[in-house]
Amino acid sequence: MREFARQHPVWSGIAIVVALFVIWAIFAPWPEGFEAIFGRKRVFLNAVFSGITLGALYFLVASGFTLIFGLMHNVNLAHGSLYLLGGYLGYEFAEWTGYWLLSFVLVFIVVGCVGMAMQVLVFRRLEGQELRQTLVTIGISVVAADLMLWAWGGSSYQVMSPDWLRGPMELPLIAGYGRDGELVYLRYPKVRIAILFAAIVIGIGIWMALNRTRIGMIIRAGVDDRDILGAMGIPISRVFLGVFAFGAGLAGIAGVVGGTFQSIAPGEDTRFLMASLVVVIVGGMGSLQGAAIGAVLIGLAEQLGSVYMPTYAVVLTFLIMAAVLAFRPQGLMGRRG
Amino acid sequence: MSSNTPPNQTLANPQAPRWWLWLVDRVAAIPAHAWAVMLVLLVMPLVADDFFLFQIFGWTFILGIVALSLMFLAGYGGMVSLIQMSVAGLAGYMVALFGDSGTTISLGLPWWFVVPLAMVIATLFGSLVGLLAVRTEGIYTIMITLAMASAFYYFTRQNYTIFNGYTGFNLVLPPDLFGVNWREPVPFYYLTLVAAGLCFLLVTYVSRAPFGLALQGVRDNPRRMAALGFNVTAHRVAAYAFASALASVGGILLVWQNAQIAPGTAGIHATFDILIIAVIGGLSRPSGPFLGAFLFVLLSTFAPDVLRAIGASGERYKMLIGGIFLFVVFVSPDGLLGLWERWKAHLTRDDMARGKGETRP
Repeated sequence: MREFARQHPVWSGIAIVVALFVIWAIFAPWPEGFEAIFGRKRVFLNAVFSGITLGALYFLVASGFTLIFGLMHNVNLAHGSLYLLGGYLGYEFAEWTGYWLLSFVLVFIVVGCVGMAMQVLVFRRLEGQELRQTLVTIGISVVAADLMLWAWGGSSYQVMSPDWLRGPMELPLIAGYGRDGELVYLRYPKVRIAILFAAIVIGIGIWMALNRTRIGMIIRAGVDDRDILGAMGIPISRVFLGVFAFGAGLAGIAGVVGGTFQSIAPGEDTRFLMASLVVVIVGGMGSLQGAAIGAVLIGLAEQLGSVYMPTYAVVLTFLIMAAVLAFRPQGLMGRRG
Repeated sequence: MSSNTPPNQTLANPQAPRWWLWLVDRVAAIPAHAWAVMLVLLVMPLVADDFFLFQIFGWTFILGIVALSLMFLAGYGGMVSLIQMSVAGLAGYMVALFGDSGTTISLGLPWWFVVPLAMVIATLFGSLVGLLAVRTEGIYTIMITLAMASAFYYFTRQNYTIFNGYTGFNLVLPPDLFGVNWREPVPFYYLTLVAAGLCFLLVTYVSRAPFGLALQGVRDNPRRMAALGFNVTAHRVAAYAFASALASVGGILLVWQNAQIAPGTAGIHATFDILIIAVIGGLSRPSGPFLGAFLFVLLSTFAPDVLRAIGASGERYKMLIGGIFLFVVFVSPDGLLGLWERWKAHLTRDDMARGKGETRP
């Protein structure tokens, strides 16, 4: 970053001005003329927060995707199906046990096992044939989508959040002036704050596990060169199995989260598959930080886009992806290779 | 010149124009089973009923054309592109937008302007995606083109000014050329047959032309081709442009067949369907996609009835198609054609083994 600032004074200056403007726009009350152009501040703040929360959800889905991709070079196009399965199972578990938090644990275990089964039954047999592995995941996603349609039907489900997460909470952010000129603060659903918080905790947790533990070291080495890692006597197939199970479990958890703050229905699998693809392309394939940056960027683009240019919101996502591919094909945080 | 010579001497005459000799050589090189298939397809309207002509064969040829464009990219260029259905969908949308439809957005321009325009726009779109996708390789291409295809789908769904959102366009009809209603089963059958035949010939020709050979060289060893002075990126983007032009033909025929187009036409499932068709048929030769399309159309049309007849739920035909796809991918990387060829090779090997056994004293 310092190198960049030293070499590109103009770009750094522009970046600082933009950052200051964004901070001002989020924290300060907007003057009247400004609101006349950009609409009400509450709308803007809500879009920003929804974008970040959506980004947190995208991060949960995409982090598993990017871990699996980074280590095994396998584009798991059935990742969206794992998300959907997690959502349905989370609904069932939450209804059955009555404990929202418990459903996360159960879904993580069950979907993780499904991921393990996929790894053992499918990917291990097609070891080294990346194209065929990817084709197989497409077949699995088609079959899985039909199976889930069979089991749960076409209606949409909503996972109920527990009582202590219901209702809004007031954030220390100024939304505007009230009728008497007093400051009005932004009110935002508690459950979304919890999701954001949880995603940050999980993200930091994965980052710590990757960078501070022995297993993380093995995984990072595997991303760089799995053949050498295998030659050093590491049981690489067991590492693959573990990472696949973990990534699948994360997708399942993300399904419960998505089912809580949005809903679970057929078609959500492809939506979140697309989201993970875009996030990973933008952020850089195989990079966890890249997934975080890409997720927030795409989440913000979708929400701000749908507020300020409703029928062209997807174009914004598309343009971000195209710009990244044009100027940095390996993704924002990706490495060439 | 050759116009003065009597017709029975034309073939023997070394002065005959080169294109004529070339054509004769090419026609003579067509194997017997290809003639048989052509004959059967030409006389099909005599035996098949309207439903078969319009729904089964019309749809087969259309899906075959779109899958053929994928086969060209994947088989000769080594790039598995999932954008082909979106390109076809865009061409269909452009025909609906610039031509006539039951929606007020349509501009109602004449067909001879609309059809080329739709093809040009779709080809440009496909080339643009190709330009972005060729910067990466292998499975990255699948990811990027799939992301673009789904972005296209969500865009058509939410945009009302160009794509008319959820509803899309209806009453998009082919032009009344020569006083024929081209949506009648027999004319539509021949229309799609001729289009599919031309696309098939074009792909076969291009695959043997210098460009196609260079493209196959790029597929096998891009670094060596670059060292030989070939522009690798340009060849790949040109392949995308060519494939997109093919796909746009399929898209225009598709919108005429359905008489309507909506986001689902080029949705993610349709994208996967094209890949499934191409892979089931086989990615190594141009006949594969049509074989795959025929099988796919038969399955998705009749599987519900068959499933219901054996007591299963008729809605589960997608699972059947997915299962067959999984089976083909697992068993044969080269699709049904690959299976067939391996079986043939197996037979010849048996013959040779037997022959050897007999000659041995």
